[in-house]
Amino acid sequence: MKGMRVMRLLKKTSIKLLSFAYSNLLIVVLLALWQLLPSLGLLKIAYVSTPYEVFISILTMAQNGELKVHLLISLERILSGLIMAVIFGVPLGLFIGRFIRIEQLLDPILQLSRQISALALFPVFILFLGIGETSKVVIIFWASLWPVLINTINGVKGVDPLYIKSVLTMGATKRMVFTKVILPASMPPILTGIRLASAYAVMVLVAAEMIGANSGLGFLVTNSQETFKIPQMYAAIVLLALLGVTLNFIIYRIEKKITRWRESDAW
Amino acid sequence: MEKILIKDIGHVYKQQSKNKNPIKILEGINFEIDQGQFVSIVGPSGCGKSTLLHIIGGLIKPTSGRVFMGANQVTGPGKDRGVVFQGYALLPWRSVLSNVELGLEINKVPRKIRKELAREFLSLVGLSNFEKYYPSQLSGGMKQRAAIARALVYDPKILLMDEPFSALDAQTREILQTELLGIWSKTKKTIIFITHSVEEAVFLSDKVIVMGSHPGRIIRNIPINLPYPRNRSLGEFQQIREKIWEEIRDEAKLNTMSIIHERYEGNEVT
Repeated sequence: MKGMRVMRLLKKTSIKLLSFAYSNLLIVVLLALWQLLPSLGLLKIAYVSTPYEVFISILTMAQNGELKVHLLISLERILSGLIMAVIFGVPLGLFIGRFIRIEQLLDPILQLSRQISALALFPVFILFLGIGETSKVVIIFWASLWPVLINTINGVKGVDPLYIKSVLTMGATKRMVFTKVILPASMPPILTGIRLASAYAVMVLVAAEMIGANSGLGFLVTNSQETFKIPQMYAAIVLLALLGVTLNFIIYRIEKKITRWRESDAW
Repeated sequence: MEKILIKDIGHVYKQQSKNKNPIKILEGINFEIDQGQFVSIVGPSGCGKSTLLHIIGGLIKPTSGRVFMGANQVTGPGKDRGVVFQGYALLPWRSVLSNVELGLEINKVPRKIRKELAREFLSLVGLSNFEKYYPSQLSGGMKQRAAIARALVYDPKILLMDEPFSALDAQTREILQTELLGIWSKTKKTIIFITHSVEEAVFLSDKVIVMGSHPGRIIRNIPINLPYPRNRSLGEFQQIREKIWEEIRDEAKLNTMSIIHERYEGNEVT
């Protein structure tokens, strides 16, 4: 009996490992090519570096403390902007989505505002707020606000009217309709909006740090390129990608946890 | 308790675009229902039977006429009328138990009593072992049972059911019909039941109201005097079913002709 259980566990683990290996196969191949082609002289090593050199560069930065400085300041900017966008965007979206009249009134402005590239507005923000932290956080806030706001509005508008009708027949007040139906029903789209916003935030962060900063991963990319530390440049790019992936993953997990009821496995 | 009185109900739906005429959905609806009766409303699709149920539920305000619960006029939804909707309307983020508790929660019943009552009604509909499940994990028949438990738990006087079994397969449907009759005799609720199945109406009800369409109106009010439990294969049962069927069939025929007529006369021809 016990032996069989162990066997089954082994089989399960090996299947999991295999599928993990399969879905990451291409990444491994790409890394191998990146390592091999410059080593064979087919690509200029000075331009493309190699994964090994990049890895060493990340290790060095981790040891001398540079990595921590840049990573933390970038993270701080992203989180400040993103959290502000959520604190401001979710309640506003809930409010706008609830009242069709207000939504109709505001929709053209919303559509226009979100089409204005956050990057195009960066000089404006610098003009008003200076080159310091405020303008960077504000531009990240601006870029992440729209997906949060628009997804929240659509979430509220998309609530099945049948749910609202059914709680009304039980004697629910307007406030109860909001707390028992509208808020929980629009949670999934709101979280998707926040996840989308986090991707925008990383993108805008890099641009902001490239234009006017002396720290952060975006700064590290341009600065390394200007001083011709090519492995370090790629290291910064890789770190930015990892930052984005991690943020996305964390929000995705929260999304999954909150919307557990979506999975239907019994039937 | 008192009678339910439906008095001169008419309903007109104004269409959004200006050049379209308003549609008459219901016209001159009059009937009454005694306490504890099981009344079915049958009719072809589009005859406004669901609209009528929503009006009784207080979810739609009719353009004319009134609905009375005893001496009180219906002005909006109320917990004296529990509604079972066609699409179940279970909240997907709540477990079965928590869905059944919903009406009690809204009416501020303390948590402990709430759980007890919800469990009692889940056992009445045979879902005791599924209280932790989410609606997405239930079959159609189980969802419908949960919806019935949810509508019964806060003890409404009347149960309004909008084609509750129409999405179910034939066997599940028959099982639930029998169960519903059991629940009816146990709880002594007044039930208004919308269906497009004549057989279902005859099997379940004291009284069948047959509706016609364009505009929706009552064409017949037929008491069914067969004793319960009813046997579908009995001649008498089939005779009544046939009779009602004929009414609907004639009505449908007339309708098709009048629609064709309208198409040629009106501006709908393109």
